[in-house]
This record gives sequence, C-alpha cells and structure tokens, in this order.
Amino acid sequence: MTLGPGWYLTLSALLFCIGIAGVLTRRNALIIFMSIELMLNAVNLSFVTFGRYLPDANGQVFVFFIMAVAAAEVAVGLAIIVTIFRHKESVDIDKVNLMKW
Amino acid sequence: MEIILFIITALIALASALMVITRKSPIASVLFLVLTFVCIAVLYVMLGAQFIAAMQIIVYAGAIMVLFLFVLMLLNLRGNQGWENISPARIGLGFAAAGLLLLVAVAWLKTAGSMEVAGLDPEMGTVSAFGDVLFQRFLLPFEIASVLLLGAIIGVVAMIKRKPLAELGEDKEGKVS
Repeated sequence: MTLGPGWYLTLSALLFCIGIAGVLTRRNALIIFMSIELMLNAVNLSFVTFGRYLPDANGQVFVFFIMAVAAAEVAVGLAIIVTIFRHKESVDIDKVNLMKW
Repeated sequence: MEIILFIITALIALASALMVITRKSPIASVLFLVLTFVCIAVLYVMLGAQFIAAMQIIVYAGAIMVLFLFVLMLLNLRGNQGWENISPARIGLGFAAAGLLLLVAVAWLKTAGSMEVAGLDPEMGTVSAFGDVLFQRFLLPFEIASVLLLGAIIGVVAMIKRKPLAELGEDKEGKVS
C-alpha cells in the first residue's frame, strides 16, 4: 500500500464535511467562524496535494493567497462579531435577526 | 513508514476537528483547532511544501488563532453555548447534510482515482522556487492582496470605533471653534 493523492484528498473531504456540520449545527457565531476556517484549511490541503502530484507549483501559490484572504476575512468577521456582541450582549446567531424582514 | 505517519497525523487531525465542533467551551474549540492546523502543517511537510507549512504555523496557528483567543477573552461570554439548547433536528439535519456531501466527494474520488502520479520534486516547496512563481507569474495578484489587507485593516478600525466617524469629525471642529 503506497501513499497516493487519494489518501490526502479523502482526509481533505472529511475535514471539509466536519466544517460543514459545525456551520450547520452550532449557534455560537465564533464556533461557526472556526468551522469556516477548518473548511478553508481542508481546501488548502487539496490544493497542496494536487500541486505535489501533478506536479505544479501554482497550487502552493494559491494556498498562499487563500491564507492572505483568510487573514483579512478573520479580522473583518471578528470585528462584526464584536460589534454584534456590543448591541445584543450575545453571539448566538439565532438572536441576530436584524436583517430578516 | 510514511503511511504510518500519515495515518497517525490524519487521525489526530480528524479527532481534533470533531472536538472543535462538539466542545462546549469556545476556548477548548480554539485550542483543538490549533492542533488540527499543526497536523495539517505536518501533512504539508510530507507533501514537500515546507514554506507553506511554515506559513501555516505562523499565520494560522499563530496570528489567526491568537486573534480568535483575543476576541473570546474580550467578549467574556456567559450563558449556555453548548449543545443542550440546540434542537436535535438541527443536529441531525446538519450532520446528514455533511454526510451526503461526503458521499458525493467519495464517489467523485473513486471515479478520479486513475490520476497520474508524478514523483516528488524536492525543489518545488523551497522558498526560492516558491518566490520565483509568486513574483513572476503572480506579481499582480500579490500586490492586489496587499491592497486587500490594507482595506481590511481600515474597515475593521472603522467598524470597531464606538462613535461614528462623522460624529468624531464634528467633535474636533467643535473643540476648535
């Protein structure tokens, strides 16, 4: 049995699905945010795997850009969560219904 | 040998990822997420992407997770954040949706199993090889990413300010006159 791309891609799919389950089930906005980070990392693992086995150096550059965008996204997202917390005294997403109707 | 290392790392990564979404305390979730990121960095090294592995530790496990911890301690969350007030239907449907997606992914992996596998190029993940690609083919996206980060910083500062920016300007004018 040799270590091929399928192993890494399967792990990546599993991590992505765990992230999806976290986003769909939890109500704490911070944990939903962490699940999104988990999904981004699962996709990064796929990129590096394809870059390694094709082989193509572009895969790693894409991961680099995803990391830069993720850093910006985390900063803005956490700022939104802090602002919501100041208004609602809670980070429960079910209580944030400002934009519904 | 390599395959044993992969299986151990993958199992730790999966277990800690499950811990992230099941723990009651958000602090525990953050710490398990750091463990997941470290495991993914190990896999990057196994895939010959040393620079990306270093970035993973520095940017993700370092900067981003510290930001999360910082906000968590700033907010000082109280009350029930755990599973007990999440309806069972929500848990069941959430995991069912994730399971269905996993089914599709695995089915696709089976059809894509005949991928041609190339040998490991030890030069590909080094900083010099990475920099060659980044600063030649991807120079413009690189500069745009720096503008994006600047925009994010300005946006965050504007959002977090307690007073709206317009009010702040009026105050200054008021003091002068």
